[in-house]
Amino acid sequence: MIPYLLRRSGASVLVLFGITLLTFVVFFALSPDPAVTICGKTCTPDRIETIRGVLGLDQPFLTQYGHFLQGLFVGRRYGVGENAVQCAAPCLGFSFQTNQPVLQMIAARLPQTVTVAVGAAVLWLLVGVSGGLLGAIKRGTVWDKGAMLTALGGISLPNYFLALLLQYVLVVRLQVLPFPDSSIGLTQDPVGWFESYLMPWIVLAFGYASLYLRLTRDTVLDTLSENYVRTGRAKGLPRGLLLRRYALRPSMAPVVTLFGMDFAGLLAGALIAETVFGINGVGKLAADSIATNDQPVIMAVTLLAALLVVVGNMVVDVVYTLLDPRVRISQ
Amino acid sequence: MATPGVLIVETQGATDRTPLAAAPRRGVLRALLRRPAAALSLGCILVLVLMAVFAPVLSSLGGWSPYAFDPKAIDADLGGVPLGPLGGAGARHWFGVEPQSGRDIFARIVTGARVSITIAVLATALTTAIGVLMGMVAGYLGGVADQVISRLMDFLMAFPALIFMIALLSALPAGQRQYLLVVVLTFFGWPYTARIVRGQTLALKARDFVEAARSSGASDGAVVLREILPNLRGTILVLSTMSVPGFIGTEAGLSFLGIGVVPPTPSWGQMIAASVSWYTVDPWYFVIPGLFLFVTVLSFTVLGDHLKSVLDPGGNPS
Repeated sequence: MIPYLLRRSGASVLVLFGITLLTFVVFFALSPDPAVTICGKTCTPDRIETIRGVLGLDQPFLTQYGHFLQGLFVGRRYGVGENAVQCAAPCLGFSFQTNQPVLQMIAARLPQTVTVAVGAAVLWLLVGVSGGLLGAIKRGTVWDKGAMLTALGGISLPNYFLALLLQYVLVVRLQVLPFPDSSIGLTQDPVGWFESYLMPWIVLAFGYASLYLRLTRDTVLDTLSENYVRTGRAKGLPRGLLLRRYALRPSMAPVVTLFGMDFAGLLAGALIAETVFGINGVGKLAADSIATNDQPVIMAVTLLAALLVVVGNMVVDVVYTLLDPRVRISQ
Repeated sequence: MATPGVLIVETQGATDRTPLAAAPRRGVLRALLRRPAAALSLGCILVLVLMAVFAPVLSSLGGWSPYAFDPKAIDADLGGVPLGPLGGAGARHWFGVEPQSGRDIFARIVTGARVSITIAVLATALTTAIGVLMGMVAGYLGGVADQVISRLMDFLMAFPALIFMIALLSALPAGQRQYLLVVVLTFFGWPYTARIVRGQTLALKARDFVEAARSSGASDGAVVLREILPNLRGTILVLSTMSVPGFIGTEAGLSFLGIGVVPPTPSWGQMIAASVSWYTVDPWYFVIPGLFLFVTVLSFTVLGDHLKSVLDPGGNPS
């Protein structure tokens, strides 16, 4: 197993490297000159030249990319002489808009995004897996049909539409929930905190829960038709035991695979949920930076998303081998 | 899918492992029409496609261009809220008007349908073409070609596609955004088709009839085109049907974030984005495009589900 994991991490490092290169190409080759963006409307050619010099934009592409990588791993220095600014590793540069270090901006907003993501993940796993199990056990009944119909709707409902619907019905019309306020901490006001995050959780979880419900139902039904389950049943094992010990574990392998990738990909979903509900997380930071064309921030968020996906895939691999002995043998 | 259209075509059940039936053309349509849900969604899709094709005719029937302002339909004293109930819907404006500008929502919905469906259909056609080609080449030739294509697919699928699309589209100039959207969607979409086609080509390659064709002297090209491709017909049909809602959702999501279709060209996602600042006073403004988006994605999803179960009777009926 160790050599396998080493090989996998080697591949992951290559993927990450490829992503930095591609992101860099996109931003520094295709997009409009950042120096002009920073300089603003009242700007002299001299000033643009200075900015280019400080950011190293006047150097060839590969040199710039080298500096970028150097910043990531060992830190870098912007400008020369006494005006130089030191940026310690991992250096993601400075925001064009606020001049703050990008790393700090992201770190400050990470807790809100983690709250949104983890809460949603717990919700969708609980609802999706138990709903799928229920559907598989009570196949063909009203329960099954109801769950499948809801899931079909959930898959097709765009989450920003759901967000607006919920906010309009629950907050504006029925007034059962307050407008979300992400500045409320868990410790100072647990109820207010819960009420603030409830809608983002539901919005983010609904589609995933529907998907997991369908997947769980399908795989459990598949497993239940396997020969070893039939053998167990023929031997007279109680139904509950059969489900728990024989059917659930192999059915969880595809769910775990999907979960790892989906959880890692949550940043994109958080972008929409946070924007609609005004939660000050990394997603909203990304959305705001897109609006103002703040390239270092967009690039940092892209890299963060890539890192999450790559790490997520590796975790999935490990959990998968733990869950399914057949995978272990085949390596 | 619920996330602004993750473009992953979720393949559950049999599609992954065994090739679907080769789909006798007439039988499939008849079998679909016998299922009420499938027939209904097929009907919805037909209406939407007609709407998209005849968008200019329809909006002139309604009497308004999608770009024309109507100051008489909005209340300037209240900041531009539509006059009358239901967002100003009535004989003059069938679906009401947009707050502030007074543009006709019916005209913008049908024009938006044209924009969204064109993008989704183009992206589907391109991903299917590239995906099938790459998948067949990788599966049939094996060896170095397979290695290269498979690693490329792994790389693209390990990519945070949506975030990267957002970054890419925000960096590129806004002109010709529609075509750029198609290119970007295709670039990240084809591996999902290719992966499945590759697997099925591998399975088909080992079958007797392929062996027979090869031993009777057919060239590689002929085997791929005459023996393997026809047997992939069912799979291709299901995969392409299922990828349309993903693309529609993604385009709407990107437009919602302000980096998709550029105003004044209407798009459903963009209309929902514009409605965010009005939803408390004029909920119809987001409900109408939202419902259209929902029904479109739902219809394609239901159709895809039923197509799969018609072509693969052994799978779990939903």
